[in-house]
Amino acid sequence: MILTLIIGIIVIVSEFIPHPPFGRLTQTFESWFLIIFGFAIILGQISLVQVNLNKISRREENWIYHLIGLISLFVMVVFGLLWGTLETGGLLGQGESIQAAIGTKPFDYLFDNVYIPLSATMFSLLAFFIASAAYRAFIIRSFESNLLMITAVIVIIGRTSFGSFLTGWLPERFSFFHIPLLTDYIMEFPNTAAQRAILISAALGVIGSSLRIILGIERSYLGSDK
Amino acid sequence: MTQDLKKTQFERRIIFLTLFIVVTLPLIFPLGLKTEITPLVQNAYDMIETAPDSSRIIISFDYDPSTITELQPMAQAIIEHCWRRGHKVIATALWPQGASMADAAFSFVIENGYKDKQYGVDYVNLGYKPGGTVTLQALGRDFQTIFPSDMKGTPISEIPAMQGIAKLGDIDAVMSLSAGDPGLMAWIMVASDKYKVKVSGGTTAISAPGFLTYVNKNQQLIGLLGGLKAASEYEKLIGVKGKATVNMDAQSVAHVLILVFITIGNIKAFRIRRKTRNAQMN
Amino acid sequence: MKRCFLLFALAVFGFSAFAADIFNILDKPWDEGTELLIKWDLSSVIDSIHISRADSAGVLGIVHVSRDAKGEFTEGKLQPDTTYVYSLIAFLRSPKTSDHVYLSKTDGSALIVTSRQFTNLPDTLKTTLTIDSSPKYVSILKAEGFPTRDWFNRKKLPLLFLLLVLSTGILVFIVLAHRGTDLFIRRINGLDAMDEAIGRATEKGKPILFVPGIGELDDIQTIASLSILSHLAYKAAEYNTNLIVPCKTSMVLSAAREVVKESYLRAGRPDAFRNEQVFYLTDDQFGYVAGIDGIMIREEPAANFFLGTFYAESLILAETGFGTGAIQTAGTAQAHQLPFFVVSCDYTLIGEELYAASAYLSRDPQQLGSLKGCDFGKIVLISMIVIGVIFEISGSTWFTSMLNMVE
Repeated sequence: MILTLIIGIIVIVSEFIPHPPFGRLTQTFESWFLIIFGFAIILGQISLVQVNLNKISRREENWIYHLIGLISLFVMVVFGLLWGTLETGGLLGQGESIQAAIGTKPFDYLFDNVYIPLSATMFSLLAFFIASAAYRAFIIRSFESNLLMITAVIVIIGRTSFGSFLTGWLPERFSFFHIPLLTDYIMEFPNTAAQRAILISAALGVIGSSLRIILGIERSYLGSDK
Repeated sequence: MTQDLKKTQFERRIIFLTLFIVVTLPLIFPLGLKTEITPLVQNAYDMIETAPDSSRIIISFDYDPSTITELQPMAQAIIEHCWRRGHKVIATALWPQGASMADAAFSFVIENGYKDKQYGVDYVNLGYKPGGTVTLQALGRDFQTIFPSDMKGTPISEIPAMQGIAKLGDIDAVMSLSAGDPGLMAWIMVASDKYKVKVSGGTTAISAPGFLTYVNKNQQLIGLLGGLKAASEYEKLIGVKGKATVNMDAQSVAHVLILVFITIGNIKAFRIRRKTRNAQMN
Repeated sequence: MKRCFLLFALAVFGFSAFAADIFNILDKPWDEGTELLIKWDLSSVIDSIHISRADSAGVLGIVHVSRDAKGEFTEGKLQPDTTYVYSLIAFLRSPKTSDHVYLSKTDGSALIVTSRQFTNLPDTLKTTLTIDSSPKYVSILKAEGFPTRDWFNRKKLPLLFLLLVLSTGILVFIVLAHRGTDLFIRRINGLDAMDEAIGRATEKGKPILFVPGIGELDDIQTIASLSILSHLAYKAAEYNTNLIVPCKTSMVLSAAREVVKESYLRAGRPDAFRNEQVFYLTDDQFGYVAGIDGIMIREEPAANFFLGTFYAESLILAETGFGTGAIQTAGTAQAHQLPFFVVSCDYTLIGEELYAASAYLSRDPQQLGSLKGCDFGKIVLISMIVIGVIFEISGSTWFTSMLNMVE
């Protein structure tokens, strides 16, 4: 807690006092953070292996998937170590013979043909979930939900090519009602105003939280209120 | 599982199946729908277009393959635009897989009409650096401390495209393509606010509204590319029919389908309310 | 008396006739060592001046051009504690004793030589060189500057003022709360429902899932999330309900593990804590989401808590959880992700409610006081916005300019 207090005050003061040593102290803390961050990665990998090994050894339900997960981890690590990735060589060099056979290094092959499609698939779930969420969410129950639905319809159409097609014929003096422009107006003014309000109140919350943490009033993040 | 939950699950599956079919069809049978350019995309385009000749532009690949559909077309279009204007492109990444995304984007553009572009002269890939905002703040003081060499191990002092760049302030503009944190927010806070470097960027459509607050008269963010539609607008501005333009047909049709679902949902809710009211009256 | 006056006048005139050109580089006061103030005062009549700065290789590059014989200019974006060499080239309308001559070559390039050098040039060469019709003569002055970091950056003054006002307000309310003043805090449904959610999980015999977000430990949302985790873990330990906490980063893992362990200890159930409850999944955003979705579908937790920093994965998490029928509470300060949580979750903590959670749950007077202090801060900011709008409408921009001063 004393460490939090001292460093917290130094970082705040350094923001206003450029003169050494304050300016340099902040740079030093930043470097320390980068170093600790790098080492902390190892901790995560150890936890991952431990948790999965425990589930496999106890033959818990679906243990086979945990085994596949661990095997995937080790395969990628081994391939990366032995033949490297992209331009960087590994312990056994650049793996020219393997590259000749499969067109690229093993690590890159798995990355391009397994990891990338899997990642894209997970993100694409959003499209389906947005559809099911929209089906549930935009129900007219009250004045506010009515307003929400109208706005949603305008923005949804405005974000497609149909938006300009539907209202492109409007004369210049009614151009405000051109759907893509109306969409931009909604996003730029009411939406931005609401976002700024949340941002400002969240920023105040951050100041309050930070002061509580620096002064030691809030200690629950350390694990104990005592 | 309760009856209600089972019914909800069934409805969701119908929605997913319908959406799958409707999204697949335009990809097989393109509709050729036109896209209108919006001011936000135009501003981002103008930032590159009006930059002095041979400017050094950082493109920060702050995303991973999950968002490749929306952000990779943006990256390819921006790289092509920069090369048309004769600018040098410096690729960095605040996400681990960003460096691979950069390589893929450069390779794609080179294969499609820019085979004369030379690594080290017209573009360079500095690779990934962890740390987010902290890294960018250090970059603002000294470039070489953070990126002593590029991804291939060549010291940046020996790379022609990097000559004269001692710190972030020496860069002419930054384009951050970002799928989350760290990303565009870090570049706005450090490069734009602190070092007064011009910053623009691209994000997924879902994150774009959150960055609109930074598109203001202080020009914390100069324009914004939000999602696939913005990527297709950028492709239209540079006169290219890329993946974003092709995929926009599917997105447009999917949006219309969502409107249909909203209508069906409201009809269903209306019928339930009427039934309940009738039951109460009886 | 008259003679003295005449002598004095002559001296002044004579002095001004032979007054030295002034070219000074001064460190700009009260800054972070990135600016230099360049001042010049030339005695001759000039056409224009060019001020150049030498880079690390000694090559001069023009940084400022002016037509004024006297003036000043601030150059920024410099490195602190570094010597910068500047050169002022003044294009004069009449010659001076120690002047230079500005020549143009036929290829369009420029050359500056002294008058003596020019006189000694062979006639053949003189014919290939042309003296620019006006200006004919140049004067070159050199000076050095050394920007240093000062004890205060004046551009941060409005920020400091605002910070002091807000912090003072928060501290005053903390002191008032400490003295026993009753402070009203409105209900936050999401936090009140936490007990209900835990109770439901206990009845069903299902676990509770807590997702601390994808932010790093330096993200204040993650710290706020861990504060809530502390209360949640305490309740879970009391009710003997299984708690699952998947983490995205290693630093958050170690902090979360400590938080949960301590909570179990406080509840008197240290034996019930297992390391596997709090585990690392992956650093990859969508890999993390895939892992959590798998946990939700396999383990079918009765209560899901999504508290912290979330981006595009928010809807995937919330919808998958909705599909399993769990009671869901979410909270984030990411304004653009809130709509997805509001749609799919039973309770949502919006923005500052996430930061207020720890104070709200503990009901500690000092922490509650800080919440009231934040409300005071809102009043200050709203007043500033209203004042700023009034000033802008009336055409006076000093208020906005003062705030724009901040870097």
